[in-house]
Amino acid sequence: MQDYIWLIPFFPLLGFLINGLLGKYLSEKVIGILGSAMVFLSFSTAVVLFFQLTQLDPENRLFINTLYTWMATGSFSADVAFRFDALSAVMVLVVTGVGFLIHVYSIGYMHGDRGFARFFSFLNLFTFAMLLLVLGNNFLIMFLGWEGVGLCSYLLIGFWYENPEYAYAGNKAFIVNRIGDFGFLIGIFMIFGYFGSLNFDTVLSAAGMQPEWVITTICLLLFVGATGKSAQIPLYVWLPDAMAGPTPVSALIHAATMVTAGVYMICRTSAMYVLSEVALSVVAIIGLLTALMAATIAITSKDIKKVLAYSTVSQLGYMFLAAGVGAFATAIFHLMTHAFFKALMFLAAGSVMHALSNETNIDKMGGLKNKIGTTYRTFWVGGLAISGILPFAGFFSKDEILWKAFSSPFGSTVFWAVGTLIAGLTAFYMWRMIYTVFYGESRVDKEVALHIHESPKVMTVPLIVLAALSTVGGLVNIPHYFPMFEHFLDPVFMKYINPAAFEASHGSFGLELTFAAISLVVAFTGIWLAKVMYVQRRELPDKIASSVKGLYTLLFNKYYVDELYDKIIVKPFVKVSDAFFYAFFDVKIIDGIVNGSAKIMDSIAGVLRRSHSGVVQFYALSLVVGAIALFGYLIFG
Amino acid sequence: MNGFEFDWIAIAPFLILSVLGFAVVVLGISFPKMYRGTLGTIVLVGFAVAFLASLQSWDDARLAFGGMITADKFSSAFSCIFILGATLTIGLSINQVEEKYLLYSDYFALVVFATAGMTLMASGTNLLTLFLGLETLSIALYVLAGFRRSNEFALEASFKYFLLGAFASGFLLYGIALIYGITGSTDLTKISAYVSSEGILGSKMFFAGFLLLLVGFGFKISVFPFHLWAPDVYQGAPTPISAFMATGSKAAGFAALMRFMIAMQSTTQSGWQDIIWVIAAATMILGNVIALRQSNVKRMLAYSSIAHAGYILIGVLAGNTIGSSGIIFYLLTYTFMNIGAFGVISYLSTAEHEFITLSDFRGLASSRPFAAIAMAAFMFSLAGIPPLAGFMAKFYLFSAGVKAGYVWLVIIAVVTSMISLYYYLGLVVQMFMRDKEADVAATAPLQPAVMIAISIAMLAILILGIFPSRWVSLFQDLARSLM
Repeated sequence: MQDYIWLIPFFPLLGFLINGLLGKYLSEKVIGILGSAMVFLSFSTAVVLFFQLTQLDPENRLFINTLYTWMATGSFSADVAFRFDALSAVMVLVVTGVGFLIHVYSIGYMHGDRGFARFFSFLNLFTFAMLLLVLGNNFLIMFLGWEGVGLCSYLLIGFWYENPEYAYAGNKAFIVNRIGDFGFLIGIFMIFGYFGSLNFDTVLSAAGMQPEWVITTICLLLFVGATGKSAQIPLYVWLPDAMAGPTPVSALIHAATMVTAGVYMICRTSAMYVLSEVALSVVAIIGLLTALMAATIAITSKDIKKVLAYSTVSQLGYMFLAAGVGAFATAIFHLMTHAFFKALMFLAAGSVMHALSNETNIDKMGGLKNKIGTTYRTFWVGGLAISGILPFAGFFSKDEILWKAFSSPFGSTVFWAVGTLIAGLTAFYMWRMIYTVFYGESRVDKEVALHIHESPKVMTVPLIVLAALSTVGGLVNIPHYFPMFEHFLDPVFMKYINPAAFEASHGSFGLELTFAAISLVVAFTGIWLAKVMYVQRRELPDKIASSVKGLYTLLFNKYYVDELYDKIIVKPFVKVSDAFFYAFFDVKIIDGIVNGSAKIMDSIAGVLRRSHSGVVQFYALSLVVGAIALFGYLIFG
Repeated sequence: MNGFEFDWIAIAPFLILSVLGFAVVVLGISFPKMYRGTLGTIVLVGFAVAFLASLQSWDDARLAFGGMITADKFSSAFSCIFILGATLTIGLSINQVEEKYLLYSDYFALVVFATAGMTLMASGTNLLTLFLGLETLSIALYVLAGFRRSNEFALEASFKYFLLGAFASGFLLYGIALIYGITGSTDLTKISAYVSSEGILGSKMFFAGFLLLLVGFGFKISVFPFHLWAPDVYQGAPTPISAFMATGSKAAGFAALMRFMIAMQSTTQSGWQDIIWVIAAATMILGNVIALRQSNVKRMLAYSSIAHAGYILIGVLAGNTIGSSGIIFYLLTYTFMNIGAFGVISYLSTAEHEFITLSDFRGLASSRPFAAIAMAAFMFSLAGIPPLAGFMAKFYLFSAGVKAGYVWLVIIAVVTSMISLYYYLGLVVQMFMRDKEADVAATAPLQPAVMIAISIAMLAILILGIFPSRWVSLFQDLARSLM
């Protein structure tokens, strides 16, 4: 059966080709069913493989499907090969499972859009690339997927390109991700240079033989890639803008799957990270800071999708915190539960927007509780899950992160304390939104209010399934009693390292329970505060905002980071390129030609004389100057 | 080496192409009414024969004409690349020459003569043979660049190209003279012997000659600061010829440069690496940054082709097996993707309207899906997106650079190729994500020959990207035979 791993990415590729090439001639129904079915087939294949995998001994749970040798030079070779181990299995199941639900939802959400076929073909292409990313058995296949998902993300953010602001958002995502990809690529080249191989097993098993600075540099470079793709400080700025894309895209790409690629990559290369305490600390601290920063911004945002976007950034920060303290299985666990509840909330937000003619400003909502009941109830489940309320999925994964942040040998009390604070903030901003959107008086525009309606079944059923997963998804890993998920994943992370190094360095079972209780209290406090401020005493938020005006303005303007980047990076860059390259090297030349051709009417000879008088000599001069420079080197060099 | 033996087999590709060129001229004069497709077919058959003749020397290396000509794996591979490029160029031109430029027999003949010059550059192991090949190629190209005689850009392009080309040849000749003055020979084997005993800096005059040759080759491969002619000339020349210049002519320049640099290799490596390093870095940065600002697609491709020459220099600099085989793989890949990209422009253009501004490409995906998909594939390949061949090609060159210790140069290369994705993808966005403007000029009708040429190029970048190892191992055999 392991010879059929290739089928998993193949189905979405097929879907992409069919919908992409023949979409014009197919009806919406056929396109939607085909696109979803392809992802479902991948999911089914993955499920079968997953059960076969569990039949094996924990240490031997690895399927490799080598298709052929992609390239070979001397001692180096890279195969087109897929790897299905516990880590890939979880990722593939999340990507195809959640992906399938989002495909189904899109059938309803994109109904009537003139880009329907294009949308589904891109969505399938994205799924294909994402599956390559998580299934690849070497850095090259991973990079292939990495570039592919970035490309699809870019194309889908700008999907409704008629709006220039959206096109701008696509551009921003593209450029910021380039910076991250650059780090990633240099990291890959360094791995190639020092290990002579790009195969995961070869590289990871030899990691211990390299000097520490090499490992640290490689890890940090890879992490630069992760901060780009997974929207962490300093490269997180693109994700909130990426919300310009259709909501299913936000759910699939910018919440559940693609943005977690960075977390996956670090977990995949965990054997290198654990060798460098510096790299681990950087990952943990950046993750924690990002989580804190994004959570505070989310408090003041008034756009339903932006709140969710900042929330995603914040939750990704949690995952990096977990990875940074060496709790890789926990990071993946949170990745999975987050995929459930965040996809749920994005799709529910889409359903709200669907009901309100695409309104996204939460100040223009309110009182929707009874009008769109199913959406409300599922959103409510998502809210409890992300806030970490027992027994919803988020409780188990978040609590595990907070505990590991404290008890791991790489952890500290500060990590735990700040992490718990963020948990409180999370509960607060999420329920602020839920209360504002669904409770209180309706503030919906009159025009829009007439059309409020619940979404069709094709959209609500995926919501219900995701709500169910968000409710029970955490039960697969109950610390001490039923740690199935961790036991399943740990062999992947412990393969090349000494497990003893990861035993909790301090803390007892009693303390763990106390911490869990504390985080529950914090979460309930957050929800309670939100209820007081946004349901019972609606004048309070404004009062508080004006009493700490400076802080509020700072948060509302997202710490002015966009403005700062614009000022210190974008503007100077544009200036330099304008002043130097453009003005000197090309404008002159183009102008020369344009002037020449404008006067073509005079006579051919005139043109020849004029346009050559300046330009050709300039060109010839450049040859001479170049030659002189070379001779300068000869004489002085 | 001993004596001056006439070895016809060694120069078979050159001979076949020369005869073919004359035949085309004669046929063109004798049967002025001959259908262009017939003549085109004759040329293509001739190319096929020359291609087979080039393959002969792959397993059977021979030194001929007193060491002036070496037919080996190197010349065989390069000749094949040139002929492939020329074949595709003819494919792009068949439907076009008659309606647009008349005199198609001359046009075909010149392409053939240019190709003959290229083969001479790949097999020359004497500076004079290299120069002879270069001039044969250049003179044909000067004329071809100005073939659209009613177009003011074309006239300008041709004239500029001629003046600057002549100027650059001057540098080249002067360099040859200096080297001859010191070593007493123009034979690369003898020069190589001199370099390995005296070192390249053994005499300042020799090094000066070396630098002058570098200027001459630098012009041909259009690297900074000798690149300025390229955008103007590519813009003005008929589009298939732009493609031919950007690929075949550049590849020929690299062939000659490689022959020369191999001779310059000595145990005491010093002097020239820094120069090539700076030139490569500046070429990659300038080419890619300026390309960002182009709204004319032909100019954009011209700057992109400048940047690509910078990448290839990394392979020259690395000087190792992966580097040399990487260069050849790169040039092969580059020939397909660049001719393909220019080919799409040519495919869409009509005699009245050249399809070259970014806005022309708006919404192409819905009006001409084949052209849009092909163009997207070429753009992705040029940008180095896996799994297309452009990625593999870059990967080999860059890893050669890392292996040889040029980490910073590779970093520059990676950064600039990331920048390049922006403008390549910009065109894709225009085609797939923008709507057609209402008043845009009509595109040309379907032309089967061009479509076939584009399809071949597209298929080639897919095959070379997905199954590269077979070709790379062939080129590695080649590279090992050079060392």
